[in-house]
Amino acid sequence: MKASVFWGALTAVGLAATVASAGTLDDVKARGILNCGVNTGLVGFAAPDANGNWSGFDVAICRAVAAAVLGDPTKIKFVPTTGETRFTSLSSGEIDMLARNSTWTFKREVDLKLQFVGVNYYDGQGFMVSKKLGVSSAKELGGATICVQTGTTTELNLADYFKSHNMKYTPISIKNDAEGKQQFLAGACDAYTTDASGLAALRATFENPQDYVILPEIISKEPLGPVVRQGDDQWASVVRWTLYALIEAEELGVTSANLEELSKGTDNPELNRLLGSEDNLGGMLGLDKLWAKRAIAVGGNYGEIFEATIGGSTPIGLARGLNALWTKGGLMYAMPFH
Amino acid sequence: MTDKPVAFFRTDMLPPSEPPLSQRGVLKWMRENMFSSIGNGAISIITIAIVIYLITLSYPWFAHSVWNADSVRQCMTTVSSTWGEGASGACWAVIRATWNLYLYGFYPVDQLWRPDLAFILMLVALAPVLFSQIPRLMIWFTAIFPALGYWLIWGGSFWVIPAILAGFVVAWIAYRLLGTILGSAVGLAVGVVVAILWWLLLAGPTIDGLSAILPIRLPFVESRNLGGFLLSFIVGICGIGFSLPLGILLSLGRRSDMPLIKTTCVVFIEFIRGVPLITLLFTASFLLAYFLPPGTTFDLVLRVVIMVVLFSSAYIAEVIRGGLAAIPRGQYEAADALGLDYWKAQRLIIMPQALKISIPGIVSSFIGLFKDTTLVIIVGLLDPLMGISNAVRANVAWNGIYWEPYMFAAAIFFIFCFGMSRYSQYLERKLKTDHR
Amino acid sequence: MSIADDRPAARFRLSALIYDSRYRAITIQILFTLAIVALFGWLISNAATNLARLGITPSFDFLWNRAGYPVSMTLIDYTADSTNGRAALVGLINTLFVSALGCVTATIIGVIAGVLRLSKNWVVARLMTIYIEVVRNVPLLLWLLIIYAVFTQVTPGPSAYRGDNPSAHMWFWHSVAVTNRYVALPSPEFWRSLGNIDLGIFKVSIDLMALIVVIVAGVWANRRYLRRVTRIQEATGRRPTTWWVSTLLILGPPILLLAALGFHLDEPTLKGFNFTGGILAPNSIFALWFGLSVYTATYIAEIVRAGILAVSKGQTEAAYALGLRPNRTMSLVVLPQALRVIVPPLISQFLNLTKNSTLAFAVAYPDLGGTLGGITLNQTGRALECILLMMVTYLVVSLLISLAMNIFNQSIRVKER
Repeated sequence: MKASVFWGALTAVGLAATVASAGTLDDVKARGILNCGVNTGLVGFAAPDANGNWSGFDVAICRAVAAAVLGDPTKIKFVPTTGETRFTSLSSGEIDMLARNSTWTFKREVDLKLQFVGVNYYDGQGFMVSKKLGVSSAKELGGATICVQTGTTTELNLADYFKSHNMKYTPISIKNDAEGKQQFLAGACDAYTTDASGLAALRATFENPQDYVILPEIISKEPLGPVVRQGDDQWASVVRWTLYALIEAEELGVTSANLEELSKGTDNPELNRLLGSEDNLGGMLGLDKLWAKRAIAVGGNYGEIFEATIGGSTPIGLARGLNALWTKGGLMYAMPFH
Repeated sequence: MTDKPVAFFRTDMLPPSEPPLSQRGVLKWMRENMFSSIGNGAISIITIAIVIYLITLSYPWFAHSVWNADSVRQCMTTVSSTWGEGASGACWAVIRATWNLYLYGFYPVDQLWRPDLAFILMLVALAPVLFSQIPRLMIWFTAIFPALGYWLIWGGSFWVIPAILAGFVVAWIAYRLLGTILGSAVGLAVGVVVAILWWLLLAGPTIDGLSAILPIRLPFVESRNLGGFLLSFIVGICGIGFSLPLGILLSLGRRSDMPLIKTTCVVFIEFIRGVPLITLLFTASFLLAYFLPPGTTFDLVLRVVIMVVLFSSAYIAEVIRGGLAAIPRGQYEAADALGLDYWKAQRLIIMPQALKISIPGIVSSFIGLFKDTTLVIIVGLLDPLMGISNAVRANVAWNGIYWEPYMFAAAIFFIFCFGMSRYSQYLERKLKTDHR
Repeated sequence: MSIADDRPAARFRLSALIYDSRYRAITIQILFTLAIVALFGWLISNAATNLARLGITPSFDFLWNRAGYPVSMTLIDYTADSTNGRAALVGLINTLFVSALGCVTATIIGVIAGVLRLSKNWVVARLMTIYIEVVRNVPLLLWLLIIYAVFTQVTPGPSAYRGDNPSAHMWFWHSVAVTNRYVALPSPEFWRSLGNIDLGIFKVSIDLMALIVVIVAGVWANRRYLRRVTRIQEATGRRPTTWWVSTLLILGPPILLLAALGFHLDEPTLKGFNFTGGILAPNSIFALWFGLSVYTATYIAEIVRAGILAVSKGQTEAAYALGLRPNRTMSLVVLPQALRVIVPPLISQFLNLTKNSTLAFAVAYPDLGGTLGGITLNQTGRALECILLMMVTYLVVSLLISLAMNIFNQSIRVKER
């Protein structure tokens, strides 16, 4: 029984009496729980099952960070955030990190003082239409009614795209994918637009996915990544390098299958540094030696997480594309562990 | 002249004959109430025709209801195989399948007995408040119910309950001891301070100590996991419970003769009544964190409850103010003449009358509050209308279900709100003491 | 207390601040004010610390920046290139528009339902009771969702109107199309339009102004004429036939003006994905308008019923004794008196309706909460500023409505001796 049981009890409903200390890392360690902001429900990226257990691509990043920092991937409180609440939750300290397919933009970083620590998914905005419509290109969408999620960069990209192509459209603002799906399937909008990955994820939940096509045009760059508050460089480093550790692991061929074996020490010094058998990179982060090993142990390396949550074998069925390793023609590139 | 004259009239009355057919029974009633004139008759017939048309239109849908299915598709096939191709039918199976989700949100399935028990205990706790026939001693259970209910829903150490309640006991003791010496106002202030000190400093160690001796605890349940009607009830009941006392204080403040207090109350009430609840909920969700010391975060459900309480108390204050205004000046003067101080006069003479007059208004505020609990969707909590329904529809199996969840939610809200309004009418009749 | 007043006031001790009722009120108020000031000071200093820590400076500059998003219903000129401030204005106008429409229809439905609930006709009275009880005991949000679902699920898509043998048909001589996105209505157009006056913030159509002026002038002329006729009647005992002159005065000038301006209706036609031309009124406004009206009407109906019941029965009986027929009794005797009971709670229902219009989020109607409190907030991330601005705006609107209604209320009050 800790001394703060009473406050612990009230935490459930009352004041979480965590007076700000030096940094988020210490706060998280003291609390023993990582507060991670995620999507309210986007299958493949972050969605709760019927028992409220979260899973998905973004969730896996949270779990990796929790494992690296706290040693336990289940010590997380997932805070579902909407497009409206996500950044406020982060600024106000309600969440420690945000892994909610948020696009890294100038204004968000400079004006809203958010720190994007890296990119875990390179995305682009696309359109989905019903096959019945007979549309094969986004340029044929002039005059269409389009469902768009409010509070996203897609909303602005859409306006820019139609303006630059001299077309008109009617927007229907929706709050979340569930609502968008309802409107789109009912035919209240001709096209649905969001990140191409989101379109694929949404289409996977349709009853007849084959009746809908995702148009070839990608109208924007959407680098999605985990976000933390500015001004806490140590915590930003923890989240950033946890992400890099997952990518580096794939590059070095570390998988959940051979992790134990490789962590005993190999001939590859870089691998040894990553897994903690050589040097003490974790100590410099304020963690222990084995942080990266624990992070990788949760769901495997970046590639494994991708395949398990949104890859070709899942209903979402996304190809690696831009998200392949740089060695395989993609953009995934971890900074060196030196 | 011994014989009695033969009576040529009857000595006993004939039984009255039945009124003509048109003047009795259903026909008379119908003639008077539905066909009193040509115009009236026409209106009646047209109205009945419309009602019958609507019933025949929707009857098959209800009659073809499916109660057992795993998905919408299965519902459709069941309907078409039983009632022929093209038939439509309700798919109530979705409610069966997602029953727990609608009632409790993501509350852990193995812990569902806790909200159930809390609900039953709530009814027990409400009984002595609502009906005077219940033994008065039960009111003590009502007093401890808030702590008990809190423990049941959120869990934690059992000793939280006595620790919370002890704060009130300590405050009461301080008030009794000091109130007689230093005056009631000082006593009250000291009591509040003592209670806060208890909760802040001593309650924690006490709980730890007691838990070490006898650990009774329930697993924690995160507020995020609350949803559906459970959430509506928590927000609604807390709102109702706390907004009434706050509303009474505000209404007294607004009628106070101390200008500063009066102005503050007026500004508060008019501000709250001037803005929509949604903006207050937005504030709770977005802005409250900015106004608290850095690093402090409130639980979202608590934030929402606070905002709902503030919102509702302003409306209740206005209702009670109306009641206060209706009390004749003589009642105040009589209280003064008896030498009662302000609080005694309010408690014994003014408030009982004012509250009685305001019952319909108060209850309709409560009904409004209960209905407004659905707005918590705006801050991302899982309300039973949009939040849960969206979660249900996100599931492939129940994709394309619209009417059934709405009707289910509407039925539950109707039962409770209608029940409340009936109860207020009952109370009004019961408390009616004027002889008109 | 009066005893205390008789005592010499010279012996003031500190303890009198608590015990003496003359000073206690002051003590309490000072303490109370200090507490309030301390609370606000604490809140504001917290906010300042937090904002400084996050490096955010509150500023309303974003209102003058390009919004970048279109809005699905605009009553004034607006494009994605307009500013956030203008988007907020669009939202405010939309809020006021739907509230005004809602207040009018809710009053009409409410008065009808309230009167009919008192009807001697059992069927009608019962039906109204059911309507009132069912609608007001279920959350408005649910009604909006249901009505919106009816609009999007039951109505056909625009493509259903396409082809030689379309599955859906336009109403009213091929001029109105109900689709699952909007209702396409014909729009009034003028061949020889007089143009617009640019007031800086928004434009005013001169045609519309001219029409209003002509109508007002017509009505005024008619009243003058009727007054003259009454004078003739009083002088001679004979009242000249007036209906044709009245009709001419009221209808003639507007029709002449419309003809002069070349009035015609621009009918919507299906082109591409959607209808073009005419007015495309999004379903969200109909759903919101309808939902708000039907829901608020149940409250108004109860207010009307209570108001009518508050008029003493003697008034009705007196009216009957004078030989007035029931509906004239209602309109000439009962309703005018009931109105005094009805108006104050009616005002608060209008306020409630306006505030409830924020439920527009359920049907994606771009009201103030949808533009300023929704998209602008999301895109700029200026939560503090947006929500404060939204609250102040609603507060001002609410206070203005109460003010206007209170003035009206004063004017219909019984002038007591």
